[in-house]
This record gives sequence, structure tokens and C-alpha cells, in this order.
Amino acid sequence: MKDNNEVIDTLLDSSYEFGFSTDIETDVAPVGLDENTVRFISDQKDEPEWLLEWRLTAYHHFMKLAQKDMPGWQHFDMPDLDFQSMSYYAAPKSKPLLDSLDQVDPELLATFAKLGIPLTEQKMLAGVAVDVIFDSVSVTTTYKAKLKELGILFCSFGEAVQEYPELVRKYLGSVVPATDNIFAALNSAVCSDGSFVYIPKGVRCPMELSTYFRINAINTGQFERTLIIADEGSYVSYLEGCTAPQRDENQLHGAVVELIALKDAEIKYSTVQNWYPGDADGKGGIYNFVTKRGICKGSNAKISWTQVETGSAITWKYPSIILKGDYSTGEFYSVAVVKNKQMADTGTKIYHLGSHTKSRIISKGISAGVAQNTYRGLVHVGKNAKHTRNFTQCDSLLIGDKCGLHTYPYIESRNSTAQLEHEATTSRIGEDQIFYLNQRGIDNEKAVALIVNGYAMEVLKQLPMEFAVEAQKLLAISMEGSVG
Amino acid sequence: MLTINNLHASIDGKEILRGLNLQVNPGEVHAIMGPNGSGKSTTASVLAGKPEYEITGGEIIFQGENLNGMAPENRAAEGIFLAFQYPVEIKGVSNINFLKTAVNEIRAYHGLEPMPAKEFLNRIKEKQELVQFSNDLAKRSLNEGFSGGEKKRNEIFQLAMLEPKLAILDETDSGLDIDALRIVAHGVNSLRSKDNAFIIITHYQRLLEYIEPDFVHVLYNGRIVKSGTKELALELEEKGYDWLKSESRDYITA
Ligand SMILES: Nc1ncnc2c1ncn2[C@@H]1O[C@H](COP(=O)(O)OP(=O)(O)OP(=O)(O)O)[C@@H](O)[C@H]1O
Ligand SMILES: [Mg+2]
Repeated sequence: MKDNNEVIDTLLDSSYEFGFSTDIETDVAPVGLDENTVRFISDQKDEPEWLLEWRLTAYHHFMKLAQKDMPGWQHFDMPDLDFQSMSYYAAPKSKPLLDSLDQVDPELLATFAKLGIPLTEQKMLAGVAVDVIFDSVSVTTTYKAKLKELGILFCSFGEAVQEYPELVRKYLGSVVPATDNIFAALNSAVCSDGSFVYIPKGVRCPMELSTYFRINAINTGQFERTLIIADEGSYVSYLEGCTAPQRDENQLHGAVVELIALKDAEIKYSTVQNWYPGDADGKGGIYNFVTKRGICKGSNAKISWTQVETGSAITWKYPSIILKGDYSTGEFYSVAVVKNKQMADTGTKIYHLGSHTKSRIISKGISAGVAQNTYRGLVHVGKNAKHTRNFTQCDSLLIGDKCGLHTYPYIESRNSTAQLEHEATTSRIGEDQIFYLNQRGIDNEKAVALIVNGYAMEVLKQLPMEFAVEAQKLLAISMEGSVG
Repeated sequence: MLTINNLHASIDGKEILRGLNLQVNPGEVHAIMGPNGSGKSTTASVLAGKPEYEITGGEIIFQGENLNGMAPENRAAEGIFLAFQYPVEIKGVSNINFLKTAVNEIRAYHGLEPMPAKEFLNRIKEKQELVQFSNDLAKRSLNEGFSGGEKKRNEIFQLAMLEPKLAILDETDSGLDIDALRIVAHGVNSLRSKDNAFIIITHYQRLLEYIEPDFVHVLYNGRIVKSGTKELALELEEKGYDWLKSESRDYITA
């Protein structure tokens, strides 16, 4: 007879595919954080005075929060973060011109090739426009010209500050204020680059827009800032992917993403997160402390977040939606997989402020090894929000008997006309299911991958095609070695 | 093809198979009958390599190789197929995707490239017709929400797709309506060849009218207590198992 735990242990031991690092000369800000760091970053990016002021305000707020205790409500022990021992800015030395791939450092192109990012002309034809963030700097934005014909603005955040300062100034921090939480404050102070998208009125963006983030330089944090604005009646689907090299020390990733959907607009935001999760003993890995929030500002607007989270030592994020406009819709689809000593505390917050607003939350948590996975969600219904509806479904799948899954679905309803539904299930991968697949010639590892992919299908099918296939492969890879 | 010698197997320390002997040659169809709890499904599970069962004595030789210790997926790849008495449901995994994985894993075991998509789809279509398995069912999640009979038919559809050397059908007939029974039997009959063999576990003589067995065995208390030809099935239908039970008691104590 096979001992289950033995099987789990031997199989858990699979490696991180993207753990290489690239030998590129980088400009790195001196280690540590003070006003000068903020000025240095702002200066590097030639920013206008108002933005520097905004950063400095955020910096002072951060310093105040950093004096106090770190948040303590999450379902994991907050690691000691020494904000003075990391570097807040790193840029590849040979800064390429934004439009020309020829001038990109070949090492960098080789890195992206390894990551499978469609940077080459051929692959661009595949129809995904990509902005690539390498450490702190946006390296290339493909397809920009073509999008511009439609009036779509898709560029790095840094470039947007130069080219479209009014839009940036109007919306930056309007959904996630610098004072929101300590990591949002830090991001606002030191955010380096990120992506900017503006879709004009009535335009349906004809291709997926995509950003790929990679942390390469040692001992740096990555604090990107993404701002997406969908003007009235427009539509955009945006994808975000990420990787980081394998290093023994933990690295902080503290992004902020803000989405603004005006009247009748729709934003679909998808993430496949596979930052380095650390080794089997919990050494190294990314701390993924991210604030993502969208607002349906106008009536009949729609925002949906889809996330597949397989990486990071700790994931701490709650992509949220403020349903301000009447008849607006918010959706949150999530698959979070943790194994070994990974921890994820993730979910969503939906604020129903407008009447007849609807939301749907589908969360699939998967936990293997001794990992801890927590769904934490809030559904808030405001006093004046009449006839709102929410449906929440939280499913948990356990692999082995040493891991944990927890769900904390909070509800705050101030309006009695609200219809709120909640369903939750917990299951284990059944030995009978594995044996059934074994009997058809499929080994344990592939059997688990198949079952997990099936379990996550409801969420995976929300992803755009190209990404869904990648995500399925990623899930299979991350399930390597976790049989129950 | 298959030789089972004095097989003893137990689960959770309880001995279920107590000296089972069986010889199956290529081209043959064997029926195994026997009262509830006599060890029919256990035999099937042990042949397929279900990890919960422990072989405490005897051996199973399949195509010249001792199966003891061989992983279930490798047994499957070597050509053993079990149509389960209670097929499981797997949510979100489409039947087609599952079959593609199975076909290609078995090919990989034999050092073959994955089956080209077109060939695979043609095969699906052909086998679907053979067992009259609807497109709708083929596309749905593996057995999810299938009726009892639909699940059984899916087992036979998979059997047709994988074309094993030795197929074990564990009460595939129970739960099938009369038409489905005929369809399943037709499927099995058209898959029969001089190179493959079938072990058909059933409680009812009716299935054996459609799929004519070369041998009929009665399993009781973990061993085969009587073997004969298809007439034995008729006799059992008439007389039940009691006469055998008393006979076998003598046999066991002897
Ligand atoms: N985990 C277990 N622990 C103890 N006994 C078990 C266990 N699993 C099965 N058994 C017993 O093994 C015996 C044989 O079961 P098996 O399923 O092989 O019977 P069967 O001949 O297929 O019966 P049926 O005709 O009802 O399908 C039964 O008495 C059953 O209760
Ligand atoms: Mg049985």
C-alpha cells in the first residue's frame, strides 16, 4: 500500500521554471528609503512638480504608518519587513528606445524569449499588445501605433506622465488613495513604472492589452502602478503576467492597480501570477502585497477581475470593486494555489453603492503541502443601494492532510432589499478519482493536474484564450508533486 | 494472456480473495458470476492495481509479466482496462480532454508521439457511433451529472477508444435499459478479436445472451468454486447460488 504522505512529499518537490536571472547592467538606487530616494526616482523619470509633491505626501504618510504596528488581521504572520534594507529603483543600463526592438539589449530579449513573452514581430502578429516591465522600467510597448489610430493610449506609466499628464493627474490615486494602506502609501511614494491605458468613448479595444512584469535585480522591490481608464461605452481586456528569479532572500512586490470604468464601459482585468514562491523550506520567494481596486463610476459599467495565483511566498491582495453607478456589475473570479510553505490571503471587496448593482464572486482555493490558503471577502451594501444582488461561491480543495484552507466571507448590508447568496464547499481530491484516472493510463501527477484544472475551469474559462492555455499549463506545473 | 495463481488479497487487514485461480487466453470471453460480496469487484480492482489492496499470496501474470508492484497507470498502458461498477465523476474535466490525455499517455508509455488531433477526432467520432454515445455526453464533464446508465455507456465508449488487450466489465449491465444493453453488447462484440480478451462480471444471464462467453465461473468467498460453459449461467439463473454455497463449504473445508 502506498503511503499518501510519502507520495505527497516526493512529488511536492518540483522546481520553479522561471528561476533564472539575467546578467544585465542596471542602474540601482542606493539601498534605503528617505526623501532623497523619492526625489531620486522622480528625478530619474523627469517628473513634473505636482507628481513629486504627491509622492512626498505619500512618503510622509508611509513613514507615519511604518512607525505603527503592521496590520495584523491576515491569516499569516506578517514577516519582518525592513524597508531600509532594500532598493527602490533598478533600471537596465542600456535603456532602449520605446518603439524599437532592435535597440533592446539582446540579453533582455533572450530573457523575454525564455519567459515566452511575445516580443518579436512575428509573435506580435498573434494579436496581443504587450508592455514589459523589467525591474522598475518599462522596456517596450508593442502595437502602440496601431492602437493610437483608434485613439487608445497604451504606454508605460512613466510615458503617460510625460505625454498625458492631465489624464494621469485626474485619475491617479482616485480609486486607491495613497492613504489607503501602508503598501499603497509606499507604492505611491516610490512607484517606478507600470502601465497606462485609456480607451476613448465608444471604442472597443480590438486586442488584448498585456503587461509582463519581471523582477530581475537583486534586493530590489518592484512597485509598479497601473492605471486603466475606460471612457463611456468602451471595452478593454487587460492581462497581467509576472515572474521573478529564484533568490534566497525575499523580495517585495507592492503594486497598485486602479481601474476606472465610466458609464456603459467594461474592463476585464486578468492576472496570472507566478512570482517565485520560495523553496520547499519556505526560503526566499516574493512577498506579493498588492492593492487593486476598480470603480464603476457611471451607470451600467462593468468590471471583472480574474486571477490565477500560483506563485509568491505570500500573496496578500483583494482586488475590489466599487459599484457606484446604478445597474453596474462587478465580478471576481479567482484561483489561488499554494503548496509547500506558501501562504495566500486573498479575496475581494465589493461595495454596492448604486441601485440595481450586481456582483458575482467565484473563488477556488487549492492548498497542498503545509500551505495555508485563505479566502477573505467583503460584500458591502450601502444604505441607498436598492435591489442589489450578490452571489458568492467559495470552493476549497485540499491536497494531503497537512495544509489549511480558510474562508472569511464578510457581509455588511445596510439595505434590506439586497439579495445576497453564499455557497461554500470543501473537498479533497478523492483517491477514487485518482485511481480512475490511473486506470486509464494517467499517472498521479497528471491526474492531479487534470482534476485541479477541472476544478478551476469555471474561473479559467473567464481568461482570454491565449492566457487560458498558459494558465492551465501553469496550474499543471504548480501541481507537480502534490498528490493526495 | 492472463494467469492468476492462488491469489490472496486483503483490504484493511481483511482477506477477501482466498486462493483465486483463473486462466484467460487471447480471444476468450470469461463471465464471472457470484453472490454479492463474494469478491468480484475486488478481483477487478486487484487486477487493475488499486493501491488499497494488498496481495498476500499468489501471483498475477499478464502477458508473461508479474503484475505485483506494477503501478496502475502502467497496467493500463500494458492493456488492462476496467469498466467500473461505480464510475466516478470528475468536475470540469471534459470527457474529450480526459480521453485525449489517456490516449496520449498510453502512447507515450509505448514511446509514441501524441495522436494527431485529426486522427483523434476521427477515432472519437467512429467510436461514438459504435456505442451510440451522444455528442452532448462526449463533450460534457467526465460523468458529472450523468445518469447511472449514461455512466456505464461512457465506460464502454472509453473501452472502445482505448482498445485494451484485456477488458474487465464490472456489472456494466446493471442499470442499463434494454436498448442500451443491446448497444453495449453490440459494441463489445464488434471489439472482440482473436488478440483480446474480456472478463465480464455480471449477475444476470441476459447479458450473456448477447455477449456469448466461452467460460462461466462462479466466485464465492474469494475463490472460484465452479467453472463451466454458458449453460452454467442458465443453471444459476434457475437455481440461485445456495446449492453451490453448500458445495463450496465442503470444498473449502476439504
Ligand atoms: N475496506 C474494506 N474493509 C473491509 N471489507 C471490505 C472493504 N472493502 C470491501 N470489503 C468487503 O469485501 C467483500 C467483497 O466485496 P466486492 O466489492 O468485491 O464484492 P462483489 O462480489 O463485487 O459484490 P457485488 O455483487 O455486490 O458487487 C465484501 O464483503 C465487502 O464488504
Ligand atoms: Mg461488485
